[in-house]
Amino acid sequence: MNKVFKMAAAASATRAAPSDMAAAKTAASAASLALHVLAECPVSKARACVLKLPHGAVNTPVFMPVGTQGTLKGVTVAQLEELGCQICLGNTYHLGMRPGPELIEKANGLHGFMNWKRNLLTDSGGFQMVSLVELSEVTEEGVMFRSPYDGREILLTPEQSIAIQNSLGSDIIMQLDDVVSSTVTGPRVEEAMRRSIRWLDRCAAANKNPHRQNLFAIIQGGLNAELRKACLDEMTKRDVPGFAIGGLSGGEEKDDFWKMVTLSTDHLPRGKPRYLMGVGYAVDLVVCVALGCDMFDCVFPTRTARFGSALVPWGSLQLKQKQYAKDFQPIDPECQCATCKRHSRAYLHALFKSDTAAMHHITVHNICYQLTLMRSVRDSIIEQRFPEFVRSFMKRMFPSSEQYPSWAEDALASVNITLD
Amino acid sequence: MSCRCVSRFLNYFQRGGMKLELSKVVQGCRLGVLIGIGKTGQHSLELPGCLLYTRCATVPHLTQDTLHTLTYLPAGAQVALDGLAEHHEVLEEFKEGVRKFAGLHDTALFCSLHDPATNCPTGHVTNKTVSVWGSGGRIEMTAARFIAMQAVIQPDCYQSMADGETWQTNTSRKRVHKAVNRTLAHLDECLTLHHKTPQLKHTEVFGVVEGGDILEERVRSARETAKRPVAGFVLDGFQSAAMEQELRGQLITAVTAELPVEKPRMLQGVGRPDEVIACVEAGVDLFEGFFPFQVTERGCALCFDYNVTPDPEAAALSPPTVLELNGERPAVEDPKQNDVGNTGTMTQFEINLKDIRYREDFRPLVEGCGCYCCKNHHRAYVHHLLVTSELLAGVLLMLHNTAHYLGFFRALREAISHERLQDFKTTVTKVDFGGRKQLH
Ligand SMILES: [Zn+2]
Ligand SMILES: [Zn+2]
Repeated sequence: MNKVFKMAAAASATRAAPSDMAAAKTAASAASLALHVLAECPVSKARACVLKLPHGAVNTPVFMPVGTQGTLKGVTVAQLEELGCQICLGNTYHLGMRPGPELIEKANGLHGFMNWKRNLLTDSGGFQMVSLVELSEVTEEGVMFRSPYDGREILLTPEQSIAIQNSLGSDIIMQLDDVVSSTVTGPRVEEAMRRSIRWLDRCAAANKNPHRQNLFAIIQGGLNAELRKACLDEMTKRDVPGFAIGGLSGGEEKDDFWKMVTLSTDHLPRGKPRYLMGVGYAVDLVVCVALGCDMFDCVFPTRTARFGSALVPWGSLQLKQKQYAKDFQPIDPECQCATCKRHSRAYLHALFKSDTAAMHHITVHNICYQLTLMRSVRDSIIEQRFPEFVRSFMKRMFPSSEQYPSWAEDALASVNITLD
Repeated sequence: MSCRCVSRFLNYFQRGGMKLELSKVVQGCRLGVLIGIGKTGQHSLELPGCLLYTRCATVPHLTQDTLHTLTYLPAGAQVALDGLAEHHEVLEEFKEGVRKFAGLHDTALFCSLHDPATNCPTGHVTNKTVSVWGSGGRIEMTAARFIAMQAVIQPDCYQSMADGETWQTNTSRKRVHKAVNRTLAHLDECLTLHHKTPQLKHTEVFGVVEGGDILEERVRSARETAKRPVAGFVLDGFQSAAMEQELRGQLITAVTAELPVEKPRMLQGVGRPDEVIACVEAGVDLFEGFFPFQVTERGCALCFDYNVTPDPEAAALSPPTVLELNGERPAVEDPKQNDVGNTGTMTQFEINLKDIRYREDFRPLVEGCGCYCCKNHHRAYVHHLLVTSELLAGVLLMLHNTAHYLGFFRALREAISHERLQDFKTTVTKVDFGGRKQLH
């Protein structure tokens, strides 16, 4: 009764160019990725790198905005380039459903379909299925779920996930992993971790374009240090182009979260990029850079913009609130984005009652905020003053040191950064 | 019907800042420039032309970045009291007018009473007040409040208060007569207050011509309004749904005959390209730019041809039109079903990009279009954005539709200038005839 994941059918049947096939055979470990570590913080584990990818260099630490359906929430690709974005995300589950991999392949991949000339990362689709679709079930073969569009049962295997991502043509592709909520405990966590390792091998074997699509492994193991360590040991034996830290950012205690992050970076190879999935709050970003992560993604900055929330160095402004109706300052007087250069909080407050452009203004600002934050972090690492940066960042973000979250203090202390 | 009309060179000056320089009148069409708009007289508008449609002083869906990917933007934009009245207190405190409040630096602003793309409930005009509708509901305004509102908006021109509720069919003669009287009384009151308001020293007032579908009332309204010291005229109550174009054309011709040639005439509620041409022939100079917005809101893209071949001799060898090139005819619904809903009904001038047929169509919206959307994206992508309800669909469609509509007005001026109006009309409307014949 199980239909093979329909969206993958045409894609897996694609006529791969002979040269692609040859490349796949002779260079299973070939990566079209190179990581140059430019600077390392002498105090913490923070590092600044240049990640060379097929569609240009990416300066890390980097925040990657999420363009779920091949578009970034009302922002044009020209605006995104103008903001200095070097890499953004697409979601395999959504794009696989609509418009489907066959069509995107005809449009010269996701780059061609959305006319984005810089780098793209796509996820495996597994996470969305488990989190968005009811009645999904994981077996050794893959993830089975019921289509929300026509109710059909669909099976997504590791091979099919990679086939779709091959059709999308993204620069970084993610392995299908067996996702369990970070709050689950017991034998299911180990099962998922072991299965994710097996699926990594299946994904690596299935990747038709290793010379231009870099497969990242995803470290699992829940909040169990032993399982995480076991997963790290196994996965780092494989010559994959990069590693993601998965299974976190799902409602677990922050005290557990940061310990799993730092455990992972302790055991990941220095020469490969480390991507912490689903993290995007400013404090989390800064702390996790200190713990040695290079790449981050999160829907939060763009999603929150649509509800009128503008990110600022001291938190956020809820621009729909009445208190901003007569506030004629820009969102952040120091921000260099197009919104802050031209519009006031009061105008954005008023515009929210009339037009969607109000959301676009805040989306532009929030992306600018995230990218500027990461550039400042990076500069401070290169200039060997990252610990001072962290201290002043925290001071600006919280009204007093009593309000510093204890998990952040602990995490920073673990890498020798003490807050005043 | 060849364009053999003798063109006249008219150059009229009037007191105050704004003045209309007419360079040609052909078949009733007035070609010219409205110059000296704005406090320092820095803005000018080519006529016949249209204003940029805005909501809360923003072209819908567009930020300044995206808007300015468009070339040849008109110098004037329209704001409506509907969306601004609720911000009275804010603007009062801001003091520097809505232009600066909205971060617009280089645009002349015309303030109208109502948003042309929104339906207003009727039955709320009194001898002393008019009402507008914002996000918080109805706001009733006396002339004093209306002028106080203009004083904080500080537009370059605004439409006087008016009783525009006579566009519905079956409005009685008595009701129409009352509307004309009321509108004149509103105008007198507005003008008196206007001259006492220092913030409006550089602002011009447009009087409103009402009169429903009754010729004598239209003529009376025009005559009486023209006696007042107004800078221009708004022709109200001719909405697309309100009447047939034939009647509209007759009434407007009668109205404009009563109006001084040296003052601009702006028509409200009409935006369809064929109707625009007919109204320009009846003597209209200026239109509201809401049509491309309505097309955008219904997920459609303007695609009609407006390029007239440079040499009439070569007409037989003319290159294929946009639609022939694309090998398709838009599915046309009966234009008579047109209504004044938020998005209106699809017209013959557009294609519905939500249609499945565009799923794998990797051509630009219109071949050769220079807008940001057509230069960067294809129909399949816009189709995908519409199907997935992504916000970028509105952005891209608004860019294309605005570019196309402004291009249509540029071509219209060219056609008048080169006395090629008949060819232009044939080009713009041929989809209708050709399409229909082919369908049967
Ligand atoms: Zn900003
Ligand atoms: Zn275009």
